Amino acid sequence: MGDYVRQLPQGSSDMAQAPSLAMRFHIDVPLLLLLMALTGYGLFVLYSASGAQMSAVIRQGRFFLIAYVLMIAVAQVSLQRLARWAPWLYAIGIAALVAVAFVGVGAKGAQRWLEIAGFRFQPAEIMKLTVPLTLAWYLADRILPPRLKYLLGSLALLGLPAFLILRQPDLGTALLIAASGLSVLFMAGIGWRYIFGAVIVAVSSAWPAWHFVLKDYQKQRILTMFNPDSDKLGAGWNIIQSKTAIGSGGWGGKGWLQGTQSHLDFLPESHTDFIIAVLAEEFGLRGVLILLALYLLILLRCFWIGVQAQTSFGRMIAGSLTLTFFVYIFVNMGMVAGLLPVVGVPLPLVSAGGTSLVTLMAGFGILMAASTERRMVAV
Amino acid sequence: MPHSIAIKDQNREVRIYGARVVLAILIVLALLSIILMRYFSLQITDYEVYKVQSERNRVQLQSLPPKRGLILDRNGILLADNRPSYVLSIVRERVNDLEATLTEIQALLPLSESDLDNFHKKLKWSRAYETVPLRFRLTEEERARLAVNRYRMPGVVVDARLLRHYNHGELFSHSLGYVGRINERESYGLDEEDYRGTFHVGKVGVEKYYEDILHGDAGYQNVETDAHGRVLRVLERHNPTPGANLTLHLDIAVQKAAFDALDGRRGAVVAIDPLSGGVLALVSAPSFDTNLFVNGISSVDYSALRDSLDVPLFNRAVQGQYPPGSTIKPMMAMAGLQSGLVTPETTVPDPGWFRLAGDSHRYRDWILSIRGTGHAPEVDMHMALRESCDVYFYDLAQKLTIDRMYDYLHPFGFGELTGLDTTSERRGVLPSTRWKREARAQPWYPGETVSAGIGQGYMLSTPLQLAVATSVIATRGVRHPPRFVQSINDEPVVVPALEPIVTEASYWDALYNGMRSVVHESKGTAMALAQGIQYEMAGKTGTAQVISIAQDAVYKEDEVDERHRHHGLFIAFAPLQAPTIVVAIIVENGGGSSAAYPIARKVIDAWLLGDAD
Repeated sequence: MGDYVRQLPQGSSDMAQAPSLAMRFHIDVPLLLLLMALTGYGLFVLYSASGAQMSAVIRQGRFFLIAYVLMIAVAQVSLQRLARWAPWLYAIGIAALVAVAFVGVGAKGAQRWLEIAGFRFQPAEIMKLTVPLTLAWYLADRILPPRLKYLLGSLALLGLPAFLILRQPDLGTALLIAASGLSVLFMAGIGWRYIFGAVIVAVSSAWPAWHFVLKDYQKQRILTMFNPDSDKLGAGWNIIQSKTAIGSGGWGGKGWLQGTQSHLDFLPESHTDFIIAVLAEEFGLRGVLILLALYLLILLRCFWIGVQAQTSFGRMIAGSLTLTFFVYIFVNMGMVAGLLPVVGVPLPLVSAGGTSLVTLMAGFGILMAASTERRMVAV
Repeated sequence: MPHSIAIKDQNREVRIYGARVVLAILIVLALLSIILMRYFSLQITDYEVYKVQSERNRVQLQSLPPKRGLILDRNGILLADNRPSYVLSIVRERVNDLEATLTEIQALLPLSESDLDNFHKKLKWSRAYETVPLRFRLTEEERARLAVNRYRMPGVVVDARLLRHYNHGELFSHSLGYVGRINERESYGLDEEDYRGTFHVGKVGVEKYYEDILHGDAGYQNVETDAHGRVLRVLERHNPTPGANLTLHLDIAVQKAAFDALDGRRGAVVAIDPLSGGVLALVSAPSFDTNLFVNGISSVDYSALRDSLDVPLFNRAVQGQYPPGSTIKPMMAMAGLQSGLVTPETTVPDPGWFRLAGDSHRYRDWILSIRGTGHAPEVDMHMALRESCDVYFYDLAQKLTIDRMYDYLHPFGFGELTGLDTTSERRGVLPSTRWKREARAQPWYPGETVSAGIGQGYMLSTPLQLAVATSVIATRGVRHPPRFVQSINDEPVVVPALEPIVTEASYWDALYNGMRSVVHESKGTAMALAQGIQYEMAGKTGTAQVISIAQDAVYKEDEVDERHRHHGLFIAFAPLQAPTIVVAIIVENGGGSSAAYPIARKVIDAWLLGDAD
């Protein structure tokens, strides 16, 4: 397949009778509207979570602007081209990760950033997109479901960056990247024996992982999740306070800007990783349901885009990005509510911060590229 | 693998993909349901729990300590009030590293060992989130230094407190007592709610006796605080009830006259208004500044006070037990009259000594060593009182026997707590055969009765008891328990009088006349007092032996070590026609009563004549 498929011959299709502006710019309108609704809702919460500071909203708004522009820009790139770029991006990403290990900068005992000309970035963040792209590229031309040989090849492609990130150490990102890669395999249709096998391996490796892989602070986080009261003022503080914030919101919430947990500084990281607690406190379960509904609609739309995709690459990458997006939601909401250990995962499109936003929106750009592609090949 | 199979089957792929999407959606829905159930359980099922928890986070109950009641003298002059003082406290739960914080504070202002000691002690039994005081009385400069550095010391609190201040700390130390920081033992006996915000409690004296009244009731306020413990606003406030003000019978002028007259000598002065039992002055010297104790006295200061040979912390006026010596004689005379053994006219031969039948031991009269003879061939009660004749009272005691002496002297308040509204009063000793059997497990010997007749031997009395006994004479038998407090919040305190001593008026006249003659007649033992006096006074001198003197040996004052000299005592009341003041004085090792009676004149002058100077 080549670029020609994207250049729609005049009059060759009913759908192309009046190519809309959205079509021409590879924009999936329902997805765009849902994303705007979600980010708008998020800004409201952020205004409150940041202590009613307009400056924080403006800052985040600027990030959104950049992210939306990036999303639309990415949408203009054809999937074929992305697939061709994928291995190169992967190679660059691995090189950057290796560089981090040697010349990276960091804080609190973790070395995660590369500094180039005063500009800091996290190579691991790029890998969140690069890994699924690379796996999708690697498997796209194989017979699917992939055979064991390619499965092992995929695992190697996935394992290398995950291992490098794990060593930084950044367990959360490593797991997310592993999840993004594994979701490609899942969407590629790998057999159940592999899936169950993987589950068995994962469960049985829990014990050695606990003793040989996990660092003390990581173990502490897991222990704290199960018993936050064991360390009320230390590691357990965050969880106790976020649960209190969520629980005290009740059904209707305390009202916008009225959350005491966040406004009186009891809630840590209230505008970043723990922002869902602010939402839950001020808007109650009602607000949480609205958020979940928005997320669910976005997920369903993205799944639909995947189903409609015309190439193996398009299907795998769409499915994988959708599942990864969901993993973010699940991990963040689960962690803040004390279901999962505390890992540094922001609430997608709501938490303040630019890095994860840029990655996510670039992902949605890829999905939009996939969504418009399908109609053009429907000859 | 054969290449022929390697053909992509788009339809199969789409079918598998569709199935996987359905599966993925099911997984997503399942996991979202788990999330939703979790939020439902937090927000709906356990809503109440977390709502309370968040309220508890936000709202803190703060205790508002009440203002301690003031203490005033009878003319409304402030003796103890409260002054604002800045206190540095620490909330343990908000401090990350206590030792590091203490070190940081020490770099900003000095912390004494006792500050740290008290702090650590209090910290051990403080409740969660309670402010524990570390340093009192911060200076302006120290406050400024703390203010600049406070942002990096979470949990360090500086707030204004009212602290007890004694305007005349040294003058009233043994009458008012003082407050000090609550110690662990005391904390168990105090009402936890009422004392939550209180750092000090009465330790001795009036301050302790009236602790409940002076303290007041704590109030509280609900305040909204942030996670750093900063108070954002007050939600609800219940004001504390301040402690009651105490107006004492004490008169600062009389107190000062007594204090100045003692002039640093070891001794005590107690002055009582016989009409009410009100204590006009109560001084024990040497004294100390009670303000030292309010903030926790330094160990250096404390050991200096504790180890001083002069025992300034010892309240001689209520704790000091001395042989009353000849000051017991007016009461003895009343015992004789009441028993019918003597009349005012009865005379006793006085060779200068007394001997029990069948015993060669001579009980010497004090005058024997001076004149070589007795006071007169025959001594009556008037002369016996005026000249303090020992032989008269040896004889009377011997006739009375010790147990009847006990019966007649007991109503004067000897051997019993007077019930003064203060702490640590002691009861002295009014001996009897029963007392000796119980206290010493020994029988009573007749010779001991003879000594008891002149207030020596086992008999011990506090200066307060002597003053109370003297006031019974001054009131002709009416017995008012002594009192410091006249009114509480301007409500007079009425103390019921005790059962009076009812007897012939002429008996009281005899005592009055005899005691008047001590001061106003030419052979009176305190006749020196009469010089330039503007009123009539009744008195009785006394001397208490510190070491016993061998038979027939002569006590020569300047040959005796200062601390072995006799104690000088004096009791008095005035004006004679209608007594309004009674005094009892002891000057330790004063040599004799001449050290004591000039003090009585100054004290009574201050009371009756006002500022004589």
